[in-house]
Amino acid sequence: MKLINRRRRFLRDALALTGAVGLGGCDKLSETDWAPKVLGSATGLSHAAQRALARDAMAREYNEADISPVFRPNGSTDPQAPEYRALAANNFRDYRLGVGGRVAHPLSLSLDDLRALPSRTQITRHDCVEGWSVIGKWTGVQLSHVLKMAQPTKAARYVVFRCYDAMDDDSEYYESLGFDDAYHPQTLLAWELNGKALPIPNGAPLRLRVPRQLGYKMAKYLRHIELVDSFRSIEGGRGGYWEDQGYQWYAGI
Amino acid sequence: MASIPEDAIPPPPIPAEQAPTQWVRRVVYRHTMPLRIMHWINAICLLILLGSGLQIFNAHPALYWGQRSTFDRPWLSLGATQNRDGKLRGVTAIGTHRFDTTGWFGVSNVNGQPAVRGFPAWATIPGPQWLAMGRAWHFFFAWIFVINGVCFFAYALWTRHLTRDLVPTRRDWRGIGRSIVDHALLRHPHGEEAARYNVLQRIAYLVVIFFFGGGVVLMGLAMSPRMDSVLGWLVDAVGGRQSARSIHFLFAMGFVAFFLIHIFEVIVTGVGNNLRSIITGRYAIEARDETHQ
Repeated sequence: MKLINRRRRFLRDALALTGAVGLGGCDKLSETDWAPKVLGSATGLSHAAQRALARDAMAREYNEADISPVFRPNGSTDPQAPEYRALAANNFRDYRLGVGGRVAHPLSLSLDDLRALPSRTQITRHDCVEGWSVIGKWTGVQLSHVLKMAQPTKAARYVVFRCYDAMDDDSEYYESLGFDDAYHPQTLLAWELNGKALPIPNGAPLRLRVPRQLGYKMAKYLRHIELVDSFRSIEGGRGGYWEDQGYQWYAGI
Repeated sequence: MASIPEDAIPPPPIPAEQAPTQWVRRVVYRHTMPLRIMHWINAICLLILLGSGLQIFNAHPALYWGQRSTFDRPWLSLGATQNRDGKLRGVTAIGTHRFDTTGWFGVSNVNGQPAVRGFPAWATIPGPQWLAMGRAWHFFFAWIFVINGVCFFAYALWTRHLTRDLVPTRRDWRGIGRSIVDHALLRHPHGEEAARYNVLQRIAYLVVIFFFGGGVVLMGLAMSPRMDSVLGWLVDAVGGRQSARSIHFLFAMGFVAFFLIHIFEVIVTGVGNNLRSIITGRYAIEARDETHQ
């Protein structure tokens, strides 16, 4: 009986130890430089596979009845930068979206300039990286249209979005897209949500919509669009604020 | 229930006249090497996918039905409330039923202090709240899980492991009632019968491999906004993206249930023998000793 108890205790301890080493091992590996890189390599595979399978396919568009009563905002909901506060105080009448970098024709567009361009309205789903979804009706100009006006040079490979909202560590929010997503017909610079001027918590006056990727790609409070050949030299070098915190640059999954 | 004897200890000699049938220990080659390797790859993948999956779940510990989140009406949520005395209580809500699950779900200790988190730190990969890293683990091992699964399917078809060992025979189906009773009484097959999978085992393996395994992958893909542009039919078939997330979770819980039963059966039918057979392939059975007949 004693022997059985001892054997049982040993088994139990061995199991607990294996579990602790196994799971603790995952924690230790997460802190190394190399393991996250190895794990991150799967994102490249996912991106390639999804590009091959989904190509230019359109995100599902919903009916008015599907729209969420509240379009839940996340991240920054009320930027405090003085420059932004001044614009908001004047209802964004002085707002200008700059488009520069590797383009033949740099642009500076007011909200009226943008509204004068051909617009697109779409009821699409917004999937947060946390797991929840909301549905909203968005109106804006296709990013492809603005890019055609600016004419990216041959060297341009990415579109970088600079924003007004400062994050906890005082670095400004930014994001970037490759050309396949930038030129997708549902990729919008949106100024209207559910038929009304875009509210501040949702990114007033202008935000990006990329319905085939997760929410953090859809930069709010757009300040400036910059065409670049590489985003390695920008901020943390990974192509976005959350990417610099370890999130995947490709957020289609 | 005593099962197949493990190593060493020989049974006491029984006079031939008292024992009309003599049982001898015979070792059979039960699992081929590719199957053993794939089994263990799969086991590691499932463990990591579960831990990292719970980490991802913790970023928004609530589940919904439909295309979008009905934030005030989740069907499952692991939340927290604060008592009047300031103490945190974990509250698990299933529909309108609320349960105090402090210490387990909703509120559990992190470094000795109660913290608000869906599943406890010991169950998630990584332990601390770290969504980005959880996703990195999850998607890496999801690829290995899928590739391993495809290899298994091809191998099982090619070697007829699927049709010969897994699909129940007519005789199996006829004996299903007795098999259920036997399992409930922990009465396990002996002799040559123990060398093959019994009917409940076959059904369980098929359900877990194809329904749970296939389902969990499809529901994972149905959560991808990019894949939804071509899998719209699948998303709609299950009721929407949030339904897909719920079903993905339920399949994962199905794997946990299977794992518990699997480990239970491994233990009651002989840990040593079973472990050896899935590591070395060699499995001992008690066979009738024809020489004494």
